[in-house]
Amino acid sequence: MQWFNIVLQGVLIGGLYAMFAAGLSLIFGVMRLVNIAHGDLIVLAAYVSLVVTQAMGVDPLTSLLLVVPVMAVIGYALQRGLLNRTLGDDLLPPLLVTFGLSIIIQNGLLELFTADSRRLQAGAIEVQAFELLQGVWIGVLPLLQFAIAVAVIAGLQILFYRTALGRAFRATSDDPSVAQLMGLDTRHVFAMAMAFSLAVIAIAGVFLAVRTNFDPAIGPARLIFGFEAVIIGGLGSMWGTLAGGIILGVSQAIGAQIGPGWQLLAGHIVFLAILAVRPQGFFPKVSG
Amino acid sequence: MSRVEHATPSSRVGVALIAVAFVVLAVAPYWGDRQMLRLLAEIYAFVALASLWNLLAGYAGLVSVGQQAFVGLGGYVLFALAILLGVHPIAAILIAGPIGALIAIPVAALIFRLRGAYFAIGTWVVAEVFRLLASQVSVLGGGSGISLPAAVVVAMAPSRQIREFEIYWLALTLTVIVLGAIVILLRSRHGLALTAIRDNELAAQSNGIDVWRIKFVVYVLTAFGTAMIGALIFLQKLRISPDTAFSVNDWTAFVIFITVIGGIGRIEGPIFGTIVFFLLRQALADLGSLYLLMMGAVAIVVMLWAPKGLWGMIAERLGWQALPLQRHLMFEKEAEGKQ
Repeated sequence: MQWFNIVLQGVLIGGLYAMFAAGLSLIFGVMRLVNIAHGDLIVLAAYVSLVVTQAMGVDPLTSLLLVVPVMAVIGYALQRGLLNRTLGDDLLPPLLVTFGLSIIIQNGLLELFTADSRRLQAGAIEVQAFELLQGVWIGVLPLLQFAIAVAVIAGLQILFYRTALGRAFRATSDDPSVAQLMGLDTRHVFAMAMAFSLAVIAIAGVFLAVRTNFDPAIGPARLIFGFEAVIIGGLGSMWGTLAGGIILGVSQAIGAQIGPGWQLLAGHIVFLAILAVRPQGFFPKVSG
Repeated sequence: MSRVEHATPSSRVGVALIAVAFVVLAVAPYWGDRQMLRLLAEIYAFVALASLWNLLAGYAGLVSVGQQAFVGLGGYVLFALAILLGVHPIAAILIAGPIGALIAIPVAALIFRLRGAYFAIGTWVVAEVFRLLASQVSVLGGGSGISLPAAVVVAMAPSRQIREFEIYWLALTLTVIVLGAIVILLRSRHGLALTAIRDNELAAQSNGIDVWRIKFVVYVLTAFGTAMIGALIFLQKLRISPDTAFSVNDWTAFVIFITVIGGIGRIEGPIFGTIVFFLLRQALADLGSLYLLMMGAVAIVVMLWAPKGLWGMIAERLGWQALPLQRHLMFEKEAEGKQ
């Protein structure tokens, strides 16, 4: 029963990792861009929520009403103003520009908020739990987080395959120049993709900040979790990111039982093992 | 008949200047104080690291953000050999190279499955794995790190001054060897292939270049050099911990900054970039995190508006090259006329 509990907790945290991954997967799918600053943007969202909760006296989950649109606007502006200039056949510019962005965000947050570790207080919901089976307790917050992760991924799936914007995303993904000939403004399409990516980041960042302590330096590790979930799940597949996140979460939960320090190591080792035996991931949709 | 000529008038001047600079730097212990020697040795290490990263990213197109894996590995090999087996530190630095290359082989086999930007993050995962593994090794201090025992340090040379001279000359020699090896590689047949891959991978492949193999070889060679330089860096520091050994800021962010500012895909770029980097650092170090923030911004601006870097801009305007790397096809008549 103890092991069932551990796996269950791993599955629930996998939802959070899936949200880290979904944003990465979305922009990679639309414009083949890998955003090295992804993790730092997650941390930025956590700080935006911190400011909103402190300034307006609302709880973190309510702050999402403001944090999500703010991050989406930042994403749109970032893509139009900076990242669109880096896209092209050459791999280096997007990689190095987002790497530079990562350094700017980390040190900007350090300058504004110091290196102190913070936490968002969600109130009573943090400790609420119910007994699923005898001896197996589930926290309301982790469950809510998992449910929202599933909803976000389902939402992205609908966006991609059922809406006009999604059609534009898919068309640009297949061939940006033909999409442009058909009258799509690819600069706007790319910026919309980044806006949605950062909206997902906002939700992930707030849940991360309620769950654990955060400081300006924790971004890169979140990028790595998201990236591992994307590769495990298979490039371009939204439901794949959920599977990848869950596999990563469960591996870490089991690793944590082996010993301290093994939590992260176990996740990385499972990732590398999957890369060795199934490099295309479990549900690949686009080739790298 | 025709033959290939590498040198140009500017490269002849460049080589002469480099030879003069080498002599001046080689006798630095006679004109510089302790602080100067430490700073110069640090500069050499960064020139070597940036040149190796440039070979990897600028020529082979393998953009790694995880070279700290091999810097840290080299450092830990030095400490393990010196502390556990009593190997002389200089011998340990030389052993760190082959060990780095040996470990790079399975790592490359695995992460070469990832392409482009995902390859970059894959290299980072590997560096994280190395960091986490290093903190599990309790004989080397675990997560909190370990210092090189005084006995090991004293065994290198009896007086501190001689020891510092030794480390200084070692740093200069290793860096010259790394740079020399890169120049020889680029002037060879494989160098031509690498330059072709840099300019257009698809075209290179269709001309019969085994792109995967040459990238693999470059990755392993770079790991060899990076591990050696890593061992050297931690011999200077005398202390190692997983966080300093596998620091993405120190061994990757700075190195990328140097190469991008100087000019990526040119051998002179990292040398020029290191000089700019250290000038900026000496001037702005008091600003702390603001300095890093500005560095990130400068790197973005250079990447977008001057993608060939500062040296690239100068070289292209004036047609300069500091080292004889270009290939000019000389036909017999022309060659005779020049003699």
